[in-house]
Amino acid sequence: MSRPLYIHGGRVVDPSQGIDEVSAVLVMDGEIEAIGSDISAPDDAERMDATGLAVSPGLIDVHVHLREPGGEHKEDIASGSRAAIAGGFTTIWAMPNTDPPIDDPAAVGYVRAAGRAVRASRVMPIGAASIGQKGEKMTEIGELVHAGAVAVSDDGHPVRDSGLMRRLLEYTQTFDIPVLQHSEDPGLTHGGVMNEGRVATELGLRGIPNAAEAAMVARDVLLSELTGGHLHVCHVSARQSVDHLRWAKERGLRVTSEVTPHHLLLTEELVRGYDTQAKVNPPLRIEEDVEAVREALVEGVIDVIATDHAPHHYDEKEREFDDAPFGINGLETAFGLCMKALVLPGHLTLSGLIDRMSCAPARIMGLPTGSLRPGAPADIVLYAPDETWTVDPSRFHSRSRNTPLVGWELTGRIRRTIVGGEVRFDAENNA
Amino acid sequence: MNETRRKMELGKDLIGLEHLPGETIRGILDTAEPFKEISERAIKKVPVLRGKTIVNLFFEPSTRTRISFEFAEKRLGADTVNVAASGSSVVKGETLVDTARNLEAMRIDMVVIRHGSSGAAQFLADRIPSNVINGGDGQHEHPTQALLDLLTLRDSFGRIEGLKVCIVGDIVHSRVARSNIYGLRKLGAEVAVCGPRSLIPASIEEMGVQVFTHVEDAIQWSDALNVLRLQLERMNAGFIPSLREYNRVYGVTRRRLEQAPRDVVVLHPGPMNRGVEIDSDVADGPQSVILPQVTNGVAVRMAVLYLLAGGAPERAEEAKKGEA
Repeated sequence: MSRPLYIHGGRVVDPSQGIDEVSAVLVMDGEIEAIGSDISAPDDAERMDATGLAVSPGLIDVHVHLREPGGEHKEDIASGSRAAIAGGFTTIWAMPNTDPPIDDPAAVGYVRAAGRAVRASRVMPIGAASIGQKGEKMTEIGELVHAGAVAVSDDGHPVRDSGLMRRLLEYTQTFDIPVLQHSEDPGLTHGGVMNEGRVATELGLRGIPNAAEAAMVARDVLLSELTGGHLHVCHVSARQSVDHLRWAKERGLRVTSEVTPHHLLLTEELVRGYDTQAKVNPPLRIEEDVEAVREALVEGVIDVIATDHAPHHYDEKEREFDDAPFGINGLETAFGLCMKALVLPGHLTLSGLIDRMSCAPARIMGLPTGSLRPGAPADIVLYAPDETWTVDPSRFHSRSRNTPLVGWELTGRIRRTIVGGEVRFDAENNA
Repeated sequence: MNETRRKMELGKDLIGLEHLPGETIRGILDTAEPFKEISERAIKKVPVLRGKTIVNLFFEPSTRTRISFEFAEKRLGADTVNVAASGSSVVKGETLVDTARNLEAMRIDMVVIRHGSSGAAQFLADRIPSNVINGGDGQHEHPTQALLDLLTLRDSFGRIEGLKVCIVGDIVHSRVARSNIYGLRKLGAEVAVCGPRSLIPASIEEMGVQVFTHVEDAIQWSDALNVLRLQLERMNAGFIPSLREYNRVYGVTRRRLEQAPRDVVVLHPGPMNRGVEIDSDVADGPQSVILPQVTNGVAVRMAVLYLLAGGAPERAEEAKKGEA
C-alpha cells in the first residue's frame, strides 16, 4: 500500500459537490478518502502543499487522436497520454481512426494495454462503429466492449447511411455505450477545406457550409428519438446544429454533445494567409457560430468540452492548403484556451469550466471519475488558474507541434496531475 | 516624385491584386504602355533583364499564360527555363517546399508559378528570396490576367473609373474573376458577376459586387462583359446539367447583345469554348477585344517583370532603349 497523500492549502474547486473553497483532500489507496477543511492528515501521509493553487477533479477528454497504430510519426499512445497529463487530463478517450482502424477486439485490447503501460493519463479506447470505418457493416460491438471499448465511432468519417446509424443507436443500448458521431454530410462538404463564406470566397478555397454539419445533426437527433439510443455529437461548430441540439434537450432525448476549445474562440479569419495550422474539420467558423456554441455550452445545450486533439507532423502541415491534413494539437493548450474563451470574459466561472471539462464528461459517459467525492478514484489536477504563460510548441509533450496558437499568451497553468493517487505529472520536473 | 514612387512599389512578389493599392495598379498599367511598342518592332528584344534567370514553374497545363510570360521574359532579355511539373506534391512525391528550395539552390532571380492549389504562390513567396509572380493559383488570383483585362478596358474606354463591368460564368472556380473584382474596384469601376447560383461563391456580395442570375439583365447593365471559360469538368461535377443548356441560358450571343442599350465590349480570358459561353459571331465580331487582350498580356507581363526587378515606372521608356 502506498502512503496516504494529504493535499492541503489549495482552493478546492469541485462542482460535482458544489465546493469552491480552501480545503484539504486526503487520498488513500488510489481513492479519495476524505475532503474538507477540518480533516487532518494521518501521521504517515505525504503532505502536498497546494497553497496558491486550485485543486479539482482531473480533466476528462472524450475525443483525442493518438495515431497509434500507423501514425506514430505524428503521435503515439505514450506521447499522447503524456501530453494529456501535462494538460491536466487524467482520462482520454482514443478515437479509432488509426491505420488500421481499431475495429476488432485485439486492437481495442492493444490500445488499452499500451495506455496502461505508459502510466500517464488513463487511455480508454473507442471502437470503430463500422468495419474498417467504411460505413457499411457494424463492428462486433459486444466484443469491442468486452475488450475495453467505452464507445463506438467512425470519427474522421461520418456514418452516412441512415439505416446503419439507426442500427448502431439501437444495438449499442445492450452495452449502454454512446455512438459518437462526426456529423458531416459528405455530399455537402464536397472537398471543402475551410468554412464556406466570405473568407473562402476571397481565398478561393472550397468551403464547407454549416448545413453540412447541421443537416446530419438533425437527422441523428431524429434517429435518437426513434431508437432511444445515446447519440453523442462530436465537435459542434455551427450555430444551426445548436438549434437541433436544443430541440433534442427540450424533448429529453439521450443526446449529448461536445465542443472543442478552438471552436469556442477562434474564427475563420485565422485561415487568411493560408495558414494550414488553422485547417481543421469541422472548420473554424464565424463569430456568430462561436457565440452560439459558447452560449450553448454555458446553457448546457452542449454538455462538454473535448479537444479533438489531432496531432500532425510538421511536414504534413508545411504544404499547399488543399493538401494539408485537418487538425489542431489540443491537449496542452486546452485548459488555457478555455480560460481565455470562457472564464476570463465571464461566460463561466472556474467551477463552471471544471464542470464542462471534468464532471460533465464523467456524468454523461457514466465514469466514476470527475469528482473528489470520497470513494471516487483519486484523479486530481492542481493548477494555477491565474498564471500566464506563452504557447511554445517546442515544449509540447505531444510529438507534434501543430497549433495556430504559437506565441499566444494563455492564463491557467497545470502544475500537477494525479491519476489513481499517483503523481504522474509535475511541472517542476517537466519545465 | 518620391511619394509616387513609394505608392507604386510592388514589393518582392506579385501574388494578387487584393493587397495592391489602386495607385500601384495604375502604375503597372502606365508602365505597360511603353512596353507595348517592343512587340511591334522587327527585332523584339531589349536588354532590360539581361543576365536575369527566370523559371516558369507550371504545375497546371497552360499554353497562353506560359507563352505570354515567356515572350515577355525573352523580349526583355532574360534567360528562362520552363518547368512543367504535374500534379500536386501529394501525387508527384516532392513537396512544393522542396521544389522551391531546389530552384533556389540553383540561384535564380524570379519564378512565375501556376499551381492548382489556392495559396501556392504565397506559399512559395514566403519561402524563397526570389521574386515570385503568380501565374494563377487555384481559384484564388491570376493578377496578370486581370491587369491585361484592365489595360484592354482602358484602351477601349479611355478610363476604368465609372465603368460597369460584369464577369459572366463560372465565378466560383475562377481566379480571373477574383483578380478582376479587386482590380476593377480599386480603379473605380462598378463590378457585377453573372451565372447560375451553383457557380456563384458564397457571400460574393461582401466583396462589393452585385449578382445577376439572368444574363439578359447583366447585359442591360454593363458597359463591358468579361466572359469566362466554362470548364467541361463543371458539368461532370454536377454544377450545371449540360453545356447545351448553359449556352441556352447563359451564352453571350449576338441576339442578346443587340438588346443592350449601348455597345457592350466583350472580353474573354481564353481559351474559348465557342458555342458554349460565347458565340462565334460575338467572339469574332466588332465588340470583341479578345485578341487585343492577348497582345496586351505580353506588355503587362513585361511591366510586372521590369518593376519587380527594381525598375522605376517613370524610367520604363529609357529602360527599353537600353539607356537605364
